[in-house]
Amino acid sequence: METADLIFRIVLIVIVFAISLVVAMYSTYAERKVAAFFQDRIGPNRAGPWGILQPLADGGKMFLKEEIIPTNATGFLFIVGPSLAILTACIGSAVIPWGKAISIGSHTFDLQVTDINVGVLYIFGVVSLGVYGVMIGGWASNNKYSLLGAIRAASQNISYEISMGLSIIALLMLTGTLSLKEIAEQQHSWHWNIIRQPLGFILFIVCAFAETNRTPFDLPECETELVGGYHTEYSSMKLGFYLFAEYINMFISSAVMATLYWGGYNYPFMDDVAASLGANPAAIIGVVVLFAKIFLFIFFFMWVRWTIPRFRYDQLMDLGWKILIPLAIANIVLTGIGSTLLTHLGY
Amino acid sequence: MSTFYFIAFLSIFFSILVISAKNPVHSILYLILTFFTFTIHYILLNAQFLAIVNFIVYMGAILVLFLYTLMLINLNKESEPVKPFMVKIAGVFGGGILAVALASSLKLVAASNPVILKNPDLGLVKNLGKVLFNEFLLPFEVSSVLLLSAMVGAVLLATKDPKTA
Repeated sequence: METADLIFRIVLIVIVFAISLVVAMYSTYAERKVAAFFQDRIGPNRAGPWGILQPLADGGKMFLKEEIIPTNATGFLFIVGPSLAILTACIGSAVIPWGKAISIGSHTFDLQVTDINVGVLYIFGVVSLGVYGVMIGGWASNNKYSLLGAIRAASQNISYEISMGLSIIALLMLTGTLSLKEIAEQQHSWHWNIIRQPLGFILFIVCAFAETNRTPFDLPECETELVGGYHTEYSSMKLGFYLFAEYINMFISSAVMATLYWGGYNYPFMDDVAASLGANPAAIIGVVVLFAKIFLFIFFFMWVRWTIPRFRYDQLMDLGWKILIPLAIANIVLTGIGSTLLTHLGY
Repeated sequence: MSTFYFIAFLSIFFSILVISAKNPVHSILYLILTFFTFTIHYILLNAQFLAIVNFIVYMGAILVLFLYTLMLINLNKESEPVKPFMVKIAGVFGGGILAVALASSLKLVAASNPVILKNPDLGLVKNLGKVLFNEFLLPFEVSSVLLLSAMVGAVLLATKDPKTA
């Protein structure tokens, strides 16, 4: 690898990391504002204009609070739990293509940290690893509520991973590649995959809600039954890591959904824009478009949280195993029949 | 090559910890680390698909279920049965014989002819799929029947017996 390329990669990693943390930080603010809007309240408005410094105040509070490790907790694993949660949340962003390649001088730089040819599966692996943070933390707390939360997280994660994988298979049958870069390139201008895979997208977003432990699937931290769920015993920044990991997961899964189904950095008339403004400004507009899509999805996550009540646990399992999995398999069959017929008819 | 030796050392180190850890949950966590080093081995061999599938299926699903079960059953020193001395001796003896047999058979394999892959990109998804669905289609389909039979068995075990229910 050339030096220029290497330096660019390192800079990109730092930028992506910083952006995910800032987005996660302001998601907490956005969530409180959105909740306030839905409940006809004002929301945080004291720290800075419109309460815009509220996340900084919250973060400072998290750092300065007293660290408590329960006497009966397994000391080392108690710390590993939240660290693993935030680690797995952060490494998912490595394969997401943030925009088209930008050329500076004679060099062209890909706005993607790394393009591995099993990108979709990598995301899937990181998601499946994410449950360990919750499980280890819940078990190490040595608390019945925490353990119940951890067990709920594990079974929910495994159940919804199956339908998530099956819904992706239908998409992969159409794209014919596992590389996120190629999938994004195929959806040029308005040829977004959502047009060809509407059912697959609905299945995927339901599973994404379940995998990120968001309402209506937030049973691992269901406060009416389990006090705080898996993070009952946590305080200070370790609790902050768990809460932060949830918001980073939300950001990454929004980015994945935007890339897989909603065209990624592509937007209609992008060729006209590139012709009139030049390639680099068009690429930057693409990045902005991708982030607009991501923020819309994050808003959707919050919208659902403050609109729909939580499921009961048996309803959650029924939905996962008896409705989503059959639908995902039907979607695979339909996609197979559809694409064969279309090739047969000569489209 | 030095990377391989380092990772191989880690695999053996963690697998020793798996059997020597006193707490079953710690043991499973070391097993997860062991499987993670296997994933790195696959990547070193350029078998990307195998690496990621090992990552998803073993680390992400099977070991989560292991951990899940171990968290629910109460394994402590009081309920652990104490094994008689002769059984321990027999176990050590049997394990030693297995180790000798494995070492001798491995020595024969290494001496004869080292396998060199003609196509180093064989482990990529595209090539693997082509090989699986052309050359090895029958064994591939037969193995799926094996999985189906296991699934039917699990369903049979889970459903209640109509006579006793």
